[in-house]
Order: sequence, then structure tokens, then C-alpha cells
Amino acid sequence: MMDFITKLLAATIAMGTSLTYATLGEIYTEKTGILNLGMEGTMLMGALTAFATAYNTGSLFLGLAGAIVIGAIFSAIHAFLSITMRANQVVSGLSITMFGTGLANFLGQRLGPQTNNFNLVGMNLQSKFNNIAIPGLHKIPVIGAFFDVSLLTYALYLIIPFAWFYMYKTKYGLAIRSVGEAPRTASAMGLNVARIRYLYTIIGGMFAGLGGACLSLSFTPSWNDNMTGGKGWIVIALVIFATWNPGKAVLGTLVFGGITSLQFSLQAAGFRMVIPSQFLGFSPYLITFLTLSILTIANQKRKSLFSAPSALGTSFAIDEK
Amino acid sequence: MNQTQSVEPIVRMENISKRFPGVIANESVDLTLMQGEVLALLGENGAGKSTLMNMLAGLYRPDSGSIHIRGTHANIQSPQDSMALGIGMVHQEFMLVGNMTVAENIVLGMKDLPFVPDIDSINARIIELSDRYGLKVDPQAVIHDLSVGEQQRVEILKLVYRGADILILDEPTAVLTPGESHELNNIVKIMLSEGKSAIFITHKMDEVIEFSDKVQVLRRGKTVNICNTADVTPKDLANMMVGRDVLFSLDRCPYNPGGVKLKVEQVTVNNPLGGRPLLDDVSLEIHRGEILGIAGVAGNGQQQLAEVITGLVRCDRGNIYIDGMDKTNNTPLSFIKAGVSHIPADRGAMGIVGDMSVGENLAMKKYRTKEISKGVVIKKNFLRMFADKLIDTFSIKTPDQGTSVKYLSGGNIQKTILAREIDSCGGILIAVYPSRGLDVGATEAVRQNIIAQRDQGNAVLLVSEELEELQMVADRIAVMFEGKIMGTRNVKDTNTEELGLMMAGAVSRGA
Amino acid sequence: MMRFIIEKRTTKSKYSVFIVPLVSFAISLLLGAIVLAASKANPFAAYKAMFEGSFGNIRRIQYTLREAMPLLMCGLAVGIAFKLKFWNIGAEGQYVSGAIGFTWVVQFWTFLPPVLLLPVGLLMGIIAGGLWAGVPGTLKAQWGVDETLTTLMLNYVAIGYAEYLYIDHWKAPFGNMGTPKFPDAAILPSVWGRVHAGVFFALALVVILWFILYKTRWGFELNMIGKNPKAARYQGVSIKKNIIMAMLFSGAIAGLAGAIHTSAVAQKLTTGVNGNYGFTGIIIAWMGGLNPFGSIIVAIVMAALSTGAGQLQIALKLPEAMGAVLQGLVLLPLLAGSLFNEYHLRVIKKGAE
Repeated sequence: MMDFITKLLAATIAMGTSLTYATLGEIYTEKTGILNLGMEGTMLMGALTAFATAYNTGSLFLGLAGAIVIGAIFSAIHAFLSITMRANQVVSGLSITMFGTGLANFLGQRLGPQTNNFNLVGMNLQSKFNNIAIPGLHKIPVIGAFFDVSLLTYALYLIIPFAWFYMYKTKYGLAIRSVGEAPRTASAMGLNVARIRYLYTIIGGMFAGLGGACLSLSFTPSWNDNMTGGKGWIVIALVIFATWNPGKAVLGTLVFGGITSLQFSLQAAGFRMVIPSQFLGFSPYLITFLTLSILTIANQKRKSLFSAPSALGTSFAIDEK
Repeated sequence: MNQTQSVEPIVRMENISKRFPGVIANESVDLTLMQGEVLALLGENGAGKSTLMNMLAGLYRPDSGSIHIRGTHANIQSPQDSMALGIGMVHQEFMLVGNMTVAENIVLGMKDLPFVPDIDSINARIIELSDRYGLKVDPQAVIHDLSVGEQQRVEILKLVYRGADILILDEPTAVLTPGESHELNNIVKIMLSEGKSAIFITHKMDEVIEFSDKVQVLRRGKTVNICNTADVTPKDLANMMVGRDVLFSLDRCPYNPGGVKLKVEQVTVNNPLGGRPLLDDVSLEIHRGEILGIAGVAGNGQQQLAEVITGLVRCDRGNIYIDGMDKTNNTPLSFIKAGVSHIPADRGAMGIVGDMSVGENLAMKKYRTKEISKGVVIKKNFLRMFADKLIDTFSIKTPDQGTSVKYLSGGNIQKTILAREIDSCGGILIAVYPSRGLDVGATEAVRQNIIAQRDQGNAVLLVSEELEELQMVADRIAVMFEGKIMGTRNVKDTNTEELGLMMAGAVSRGA
Repeated sequence: MMRFIIEKRTTKSKYSVFIVPLVSFAISLLLGAIVLAASKANPFAAYKAMFEGSFGNIRRIQYTLREAMPLLMCGLAVGIAFKLKFWNIGAEGQYVSGAIGFTWVVQFWTFLPPVLLLPVGLLMGIIAGGLWAGVPGTLKAQWGVDETLTTLMLNYVAIGYAEYLYIDHWKAPFGNMGTPKFPDAAILPSVWGRVHAGVFFALALVVILWFILYKTRWGFELNMIGKNPKAARYQGVSIKKNIIMAMLFSGAIAGLAGAIHTSAVAQKLTTGVNGNYGFTGIIIAWMGGLNPFGSIIVAIVMAALSTGAGQLQIALKLPEAMGAVLQGLVLLPLLAGSLFNEYHLRVIKKGAE
């Protein structure tokens, strides 16, 4: 039983890694007031770029780099439309998802080897980000799973606390929070609202790309059409769960990673379905829906529990009265 | 204040011009400020005072002209440039981030802040400064828990902390009681004695006389006059502001009130965030053919009072009666059908739908009636006729009834709201700060219209920040403070001093 | 020295409504050409192939029109919600709910005479879609629960539940997946080759929606709420009731779209029931300027892009996903161009006067 739980935890962490990167990125983006619904498309492009680059160059790290660059480019487009061109952020994000998803599937059939009709689907990498076990620690029952993870996950153990610290203890975090909460005030105090929004939207996209790369280079090292399968949308939910606090981003990802992994594990272990697997499949979404609704209803008076940045989704301009 | 040698002014703005789409805000304005001096910038709303100062503060850039600070040409491209020159501005709408602490707000955006700011030393310095100038605040308090007066103190502390010695205050006393205004004046005097200088923007002439050394009057974006305060009287100033003799009295019928039209009985509205109630056991009556004025510093429950009488806010206790019928906590539609018209305080946010046309906005009260619709369909030609009629009657300046109302000037927007509400008034008119931000001509029109409603036998509730306006227009005045009615008087039986004391919370003798 | 400023307009520009979309579309074609060229395909040949694929002969035109129908209806559905600034991202789920509702009637209400299967089925599709949207609508109206997220999440719940139905619970005895094929009585008849009777519903809805939004009191109120909810409430308009009603209507239309398409095209509930029409509907609603008639043109263009992409694969051996790429690309310049509806460029010469 313990073994099953440990395996489950391991699978959860592996999947959660991808989600956590993207969630951290989107938290930073939304904290400055920009809503980026282009997550799904950006993550998928990140996954594709990482795989295609790694496959064609043989280097995993180049793959990561490619994913980061692509994530930056896609979110830069969204930033340009939302900030400089003051377009509707919801529509902009959805367009980018549509474009990114289409482009990723398209390129997935053009960047493969000639032998496979240029198709990347079904190809294998020479290497992947394998798990690295920390001697001794990884043998601890259950918790040991945390010490037998890939490099990408180990990196998170440092990134998450830093992301929290940066947001709440540094002057840059102060700037971010003020921009998302009261951009006019922030601007009057000398902060460059547009620059800050650009910066963290692009950084958010880089993390989204990384999140996608985690899927194609580590979790299931392969490429498939639409392999993110809606995870980008879960990320949007996770940001709300974390109440826009980078420190809390992990909680949601563990829960969702857990449920999704449970679904796979049960199927793999051949358990006779008491709950149909499709139900488990959509349960993360259902749970997000229910939790969000219940919590909002219960917290009618203290809406500050769900303190979205007040300026989220709005545009801001200096010379306007 | 004659100097023995000629001293360079600390601020010199030369030939400044600025325009916004459709409006010339400032035209060739010169301004000079000497060190240690308080300059009052006087003018009606829309005269260009805030715009001029916003350019000093780096929020706008002048289209032409130059600025010199301490004798050197200054290129102010941003608020940071302005702050670097020692200029600090306290705006009418505070520039504070509600869910952050006082300390965080004060140091926000400071250039030389370390990567990880040292909260303790920041707090210590804030406390030291607040003691020095008498600006008591707790550095760790969160802004949205503070009162308006306290928030203003934070704004001033912000400037001082960052080394500002040229202070610009935009209508600072608008949110203060008379007592708090005096306190502010003392704080500013302390700062002046240390060598700082100040400009304050106002449209109140008595403040100019009391607080300033020099006064500069703006009208329609241009300078009208600059003089020493000692050399002018309020009447002189009023004439300069407006350009003609201002009428200080209005035509009205004799006061002959009818029966009670609207009765508010022991209404309490709790504060959802806890603390003292927004409306505390409020009772009042308005008769037909009467104007009841509500005096008090903004934020003491006047807004809630208006909203409870129009169905926009629920009361937790108490009752509201119109013509003897209980309308407590009914929907806004029910109050509208009972004949209540409402001119809201926040005209842009609530009074109009900016993206819809003037005609549509005029029709918003009556679109359900046969005048404009047939069954479920809105007849466009009915609407057009209806709108044109109102535009004519109320002299609303608009290219066409189909123009989006947001393109109209502030005064004409208010006229649109006024036209709609007065045309559909079924017995009760609630006007909240109706002349805020209007020039003298529009203000007179508003007041005349309100008096006309009362002369026709309607019951009027007039909420205003200007005691002067209430004394001129209302028949009776009730003063609100912290959600309570401190007292109600006939206008003729009271004076500014008594009203001012009530506004500040002093309980007076008698009912 | 000159400086450009982006400045708010004082008057609405007539030109921007036409010029902006045209210029944007031109830019999209250019960008698409770049992507094509980068994948070693001749852009002209590709565009020609796409055009032929979507309008090349009668059959293909019919196919394009058939694809345009659910797009148009989802665009209309989303458009109503958007008028209220209610971000209904759940049209996918409402569409699928409609398909499920239809299938339920056709497969299990065997007590019905065959002639009633179609109308009752469509009605159930409308109800199912309406309810699926009514839930997040009520949550928002009554308790302020953010609708962007709830509608989004419910998409995947509906899609997942449909999957359960056609793989497991309602699966036909033979074959890998999918419900049994609908009886003929339950299939919407064709009116012109591949174009089925759904076209009447779609066009009727355009007219109905146009009428409601531009002519009636309810449309006036919806307009008010969308542009300034505070002012609407102050005028006695009930925001809660209107949000719920608009959402019921929105979901109902999307549900009807799902029911129609499943009846006429798929003819059973099976994989691919959610053809991405819901998400694309959002794009269509926005591009059509929230105007029902504008949505017709946009829907046809978007349908053409995806049906034309099929031809790309046959003629030029390019992946079909190119259609989706172009659909996304069409939007980006348009979004950028939307700036010019509210703003214009102004040049400031420094130092003059």
C-alpha cells in the first residue's frame, strides 16, 4: 500500500512540476494586472519546441532553452496586444491559445525526420530528464518520493521559495503588487506600469514554456498532438486557488496532479472501475468549479480572501484624464 | 516679505500650454513661487488648476513652455523626475494602494530602495517624521482601514519622507472638517518655517484668504490675475474667477410646506467590514414643497442615506415611508415607480452610460412608458422626439441626440442627468452634490432647477458639501456626522458656526 | 523632433469600422504566408488550395456552409452574453450538453412517436444547454462567482461526461465507441446537398437576436448593463435577473447548435462531439462586433479557413492544423487594430510656438 502511495506521489510530483512552473508564471503575470488565457497554447508550443529542438540537436538543455524562448515570444505578443494596443485581454489570450495550439500541431508534423514523413509523433528522444535519487533520503517511505525526482523538479524546490520571497519581501515585488492593484497610483509614484507588465507577462510566458517542456522532455518524453490536453486551463484555476500567492502554488498542483495521477495509476493497476475513468478525468475541473463556487459564496463578506489584483484585465494609460 | 537682494523663485513656470482632446486645459500660463511662500491657485472647476500642477508633478507633459526649478531649467518627463527635484503633490483622489500598509505606500517606487527593504528602519523614520510635523499614523496600518483624514496624512508623510520641499496640495480641505482644516494649515506652517514652499489648489475663497500669502486666479485655462492675498477681498476674488458679478441670491417662492412626503424612521445601515454603522439610527422627514439640505463632510453617511432612500442599499433596521406607504428595502425600480428621482453624486459612474447616446441616456427613466415604447419594442422616432424636447428645454449643448454622451462636457452631462430626473420626477427629488465640478453658470442653473421643483410642490433632499449652497437653497438643514444626524434646523434659525460644530461632531443644545 | 501620442478620440470614426478589419485581414494573410514559406510551402499555392478547398465546387461550398452553422450559432450564443460583459467561455460545454440532451431523447424516449423525436430532441438540447449556462450565470448573479472560470471548467466536465456516455454507458453494442446511430426520423433533413435544415434555425436566430438587441426594451437594458452596470441598477434594471436570463438564452442557443449538428452531421453521440465550435464562437462574437449580422460573414470566413485546410493536406501534403493556425492569425492583427476604434495617432512637434 505504501508502495502504491509512494508511486502515486512520484507521479503526482512529476505531473505537478509542469503545472507548477506554468502556475508560477501566470501568478506573476496576473499580479501585474494582465490576464493571460494564452497559457494552453503557450505551454503546448513550449512542449513542441523543447521536443523538436532536443530531438534535432540531441541536447536536452537546448530543448529547454528553445521552450523558454518560444514562451517569451508568445507572451510578448499577448503583452503587446494587451498593453500597447489595449486590446481585450480575454480575446487576445484565447486567440493566442488557438494560434499556438494550431501552430504546435502543425509544426509537430513538419519538424520530424524524413523517415517518418517529417512527423514528430512517435519519435523518441535519445535521453530524457531522468530522476536523480538523493542517496539515503529517497528511501524514506512516502516522503522519499520528493527526493527521487528530475532536475526540473529539484529546481522548483529553490524557485518556489524564491518566487514567494521576491513577491513579498523585495522592492520589485512591491512594485508588482502595486501595479496590479492600483496602476494609476503606481504610475504617479514613478513606476513604469507598462514596462513592469511587459516584463512579468514575458517571464510568465517563459515559465509556461518551461512547463510545457517538462511534459515533453521529462514526464512523457514524446510528442503528441494536443499533449497538454487542457492543462493550460487548469493552470488558470490553480492561480486562483493559490490566491495569487506564489508560496501557495504548490498546494493546488499537488491536488490536481494527484487526482490525474490517481486516474492513470488505477487504470494501470487494472482496478475494476467503480468510478469510471472519465469521471476521474474531468474531476479536477469539477472540483475546481465546486471549490471556487463554494468558497466565493461562503466568503461573501470578506471578498479579500479571493483578492484578485484589482486591476486584473484592465488597461492603463498615462496621459488620460 | 521683501528680500534685500533679488532671489530666484523656487518654481518658475513660463508660457505653459496643454490641451486634451477637445479641450484647451492651459494656455500660456506663467507661475512663480518664492521659497517659504504659500501660493493659492484659485479657479472654478475646469479652470485648469489641477492640470497645471499635474505638469509640475510629472503626470502630464506640457505641449509648450518651460519649467525652471531653483533657477535651473527642468525637464520633467515623469513623476520620478518631479520627485527628484523635490516636488511632491497630494491629489484630490489619494494615490494610495488600499491593501498595502502605510510604510509600503510611502516607499513605493523610491529609486534608492534596497533590494530587500529594511522595514524596521523605514518604520522608525516614518514615526520620527510624523512626530515632527504632528501627522500621527501607524506605519504598519493598512490603508483601507484608515479614515480619510488619516489617509491624507499618509499622503503628506509620503512627500516629506521622500524629501519634498515644494508641496502641492489639490483641494486638501474638501475631505476635512473645519477643525481638521485648521490643523492642516498649522502643519503646513511648520513646514514653511523649515524652508519648504507650498502651492495649494482651491475653489474656496475664504480658504485663500486664510491660508495663503499670494493668490493666482485662473479662468478657462488662462491667468486672470496674481496678487498678494492681503490686498484682496473674497468678492474681488469671486469676480476674478467668474468674470462678472456673481449672484448670491436666488428667486424662490415663500416657504409653505405641505404634508410629509418622505419619512425615514430610525434607519441603520451596518458596515459590512465591521466597525461603526454607516447610518446610525437616522430619522428625518421631508414635506411637499420643501428642500431639506444635508450638510456634513463627505463620507459621513450622506451617500448611504441617498442610496437607502432610492433602494440601492439595504438598511438593517428602520423603515422608509413614502406617502405613508412602507417602502423599506424595496427594489430601485419600486422607488422609481413611487416617484423618486435621483441625481447621483458620482455622475460619470452612475448617472450616465457613457457609451450610449444622449437620447438614450435621457430616455433611461421613461423607456418603459408609452412615451417611448410600444409594447416590448422601443420606437426610435418616439425616443428622438422625446430627447429633442428635453435637449431644447434644458439647453443641453450637443451636436445631436445620437452623439455618445461621454463626449459632452461635464456641465452638459450634468444637464442631461438633471433633465432626465426632473422630467420624470414624481414627487421626490434626491440631489447629491449636484453642482460639484460645475462652473458658476451651470451651478446657478442647477440650483434654480432644484428650487423650481420645490416650488412646484415636490419634496427635495439636497446633499451638499458647501454650507454656503445649503444656506442659499435649502429650507431646513440636517447635519450628518459619522452616520448620525447631529441636529436639524430651519435655515433661518442657524448660522455657519453652529453648523460647523455639528459637522465636526459636537453635540449641540436643543433639538 | 516629433513625438507620436496615442490619444483618445473625441468622435467615432466611420472609416475604422471598414478599414481596420480589411487591413488586419491583409496582415494576417501576410503572416500566414510567412509561416507557410517557413515550412517550405508556396504561400500562393497554399492559399489557392485553401480557397478551392472551401469554395472550389458546389459540394465544397455546401461543406463550408455546413461548418459555418454551428460556428455562427455559437457566435450568437456567446455574443448575447458578451453584450452584458459576461465572459461565457463555456459555449463548448453548453454545445455538448445540447448534444447529450438530444441523444438522450432519441435513444431512450422510445415511447415517443417517431415524428416527435426530432422536435422534442431539439427542445431537450435547448433546455440542456440553457441549464448548463444557467448554473454559472446564477452563481455570478447571486454570489458574484467569477464566470470566466466557472464556464471554462464546466466545459471539461461536459466533455468528459459525454465521453463517459459514448464510451461506456450509452455505447452501441458493436464498435469501439459511440452511441447507436440515430433513427432516420431523428436526423435533420438536408435542404441543399450537404446543407441541412439547421440553416433555417441559424438564420432565424440571427434575425431574432438582432431584433431583441436593437429593437426591444430588453435589448436596451442588456446594453445598459454591459456598458455600465452601476447606472443600469440605479435606473431600476435588475442585474441579477438579466444575467440569468441572458445566460439561459446563451446556453440554449449553444445547446441547440450542438443538438442540430449532432443530429444532422454526426448522427450519433461520439468522439469529436465538441468540434471546438464553442471557443471559436467567442472569436466570432468578438470579430462580428457583437452584431448578429456581422457574425454571419465572420462565421463563413472561419469555416472556410478550416474546410480549406483539408484541401491543403491533399494538395500540398501540409498538415491540416494550418487551418487553426490561420484562424488564430486572423485575430491577432484585428485585435491590434481594435485600438483605432477608440484612439488615434497624434503627432506633436516639440518646441513650436
